Amino acid sequence: MNLYAIWAIYRYEMSRAFRTMTQTVVSPVLSTSLYFVVFGAAIGSRIEEVEGVSYGAFIVPGLIMLTVITQSISNASFGIYFPKFVGSIYELLSAPASFLEITAGYVFAAATKSLLIGLIILATAYLFVDLDIQHPVWMMVFLVLTCLSFSLMGFIVGIWATNFEQLQLVPLLLVQPLIFLGGTFYSISMLPGVWETISLFNPVVYLVSGFRWSFFGMSDVSVGWSILAIIGFTATCLAFIGWIFRTGWRIRD
Amino acid sequence: MSAIVSVKNLSKRYEGGVHALKDVDLEIEEGEILALLGPNGAGKTTLISCICGMASITAGHVVVGGHDNVRDYRKARALIGLVPQEINLQPFETVMNTVRFTRGLFGKRGGAEHIERVLRSLSLWDKRDVQIRALSGGMKRRVLIAKALSHEPKVLFLDEPTAGVDVGLRKEMWSTVAELRAHGVTVILTTHYIEEAEAMADRIGIISGGEIKLVRDKAALMRELGRKRLVIELTEPAAHLPEGMDDTPLELGEAGRELTYTYDPGGDGTGITRLLTGLRERGYKVRDVRTEQSSLEDIFVDLTAGEDRT
Repeated sequence: MNLYAIWAIYRYEMSRAFRTMTQTVVSPVLSTSLYFVVFGAAIGSRIEEVEGVSYGAFIVPGLIMLTVITQSISNASFGIYFPKFVGSIYELLSAPASFLEITAGYVFAAATKSLLIGLIILATAYLFVDLDIQHPVWMMVFLVLTCLSFSLMGFIVGIWATNFEQLQLVPLLLVQPLIFLGGTFYSISMLPGVWETISLFNPVVYLVSGFRWSFFGMSDVSVGWSILAIIGFTATCLAFIGWIFRTGWRIRD
Repeated sequence: MSAIVSVKNLSKRYEGGVHALKDVDLEIEEGEILALLGPNGAGKTTLISCICGMASITAGHVVVGGHDNVRDYRKARALIGLVPQEINLQPFETVMNTVRFTRGLFGKRGGAEHIERVLRSLSLWDKRDVQIRALSGGMKRRVLIAKALSHEPKVLFLDEPTAGVDVGLRKEMWSTVAELRAHGVTVILTTHYIEEAEAMADRIGIISGGEIKLVRDKAALMRELGRKRLVIELTEPAAHLPEGMDDTPLELGEAGRELTYTYDPGGDGTGITRLLTGLRERGYKVRDVRTEQSSLEDIFVDLTAGEDRT
């Protein structure tokens, strides 16, 4: 095991994040604050409580998920796409490091960044609404697993992408809709019957629901399913990455 | 000397169907400088990619320092430093960070002293905190070398180290390579500049169309294949070649003022005495005589003539 390689990639990626502090931290915090102002304060004041929780507080877990998922994907995909783009990927391919170690370096770094952003947003949320987290340990478990699994997915996107447009394509066309339709701003029980059923095919529903349960003790689907869903998603991503590295798809001639 | 890199029956066929390497055999000895000379598209970079791990191997084996580069890739790759042809650097990173990064990737910690030594020897120490994008082209190339040396490799691959580099920097690169060899590093460089191979290498391999045409000690190669020319300057221009000397390879040039005789200096007899005697008997007056040695370039052109360069 070449732990130094993992550490080298991790440190390198983190220093990149700190160098681009504004993009990395300030912009997600700003956009989340806007959501709080619009949905929490302006519209939320006209919406009744959702299952005993004020609407402003209700959207906090969903908002954190929204940001953490998009950030994980964009951080990890950019992290591996950029070396491909400038050609410096040659040293990753010629290094005495396994693909697992390379993935670990990039994914841990991307996940750390989005975890930090998630926690910053949580702190920001305290400025707008009263929050009382019922299961803080589970909250962290869901948050960390979400960061890791979507960083894995981002890593795949970065390897798959052959230009900058494609890098944006998956987050915009696939992930964004799934997140918005995944109960970020509402409980899926608020949907008419058919749509509630359809929503159950959206994996993000399970993540948001489980995460929301850790905050307020209530959920759309049972917590067990949420945990299974996130483990299943992580396993799928890992299996796909394993396949990429066995075949050298899009990285090795 | 023993082989530090040993390539056996190596073939590489790209997905598009291009057969870039055809059954290549190559033994690289420890401590030597081997120049791989070949036209564009000959397979030089592919060969390096297959040895270093950027390209998968279609058939054959590569052994580096006794370790198979697929089965035992960690040990094999740890011995190798690679300087790519293109300047593949992340523009916003500092020199120090990028060099440290490579060292870490190759599984080595710390090494501040070694990195400082490498950066100083490449005149990069003063630039260590400068972003790559602010460096000149020559400096970027040296950063690539510093990265490749950061983990103290035993074998260094330089893929066209002086492509698009000015004369001054090229000379500098040559002395860098000489210095590396003095430290016991084995250097394999690819080039299509013959003078470069001639100036730096101990042995020269000629690669063309995905095949190694020959690998020979440089001096021996020049001796073996190098023909000499004897140019005889005549006092009076001759209208035609001397009569009755058809068995002697002679050419008349410079409007009849020069006779050129091509011969093999390694042969049993050079035939020079016979030629000069023959000329005297026929009444030719010789004003001056000089010899010219054919260069590596002539050898190279001979060997790769008629090759498909695509």
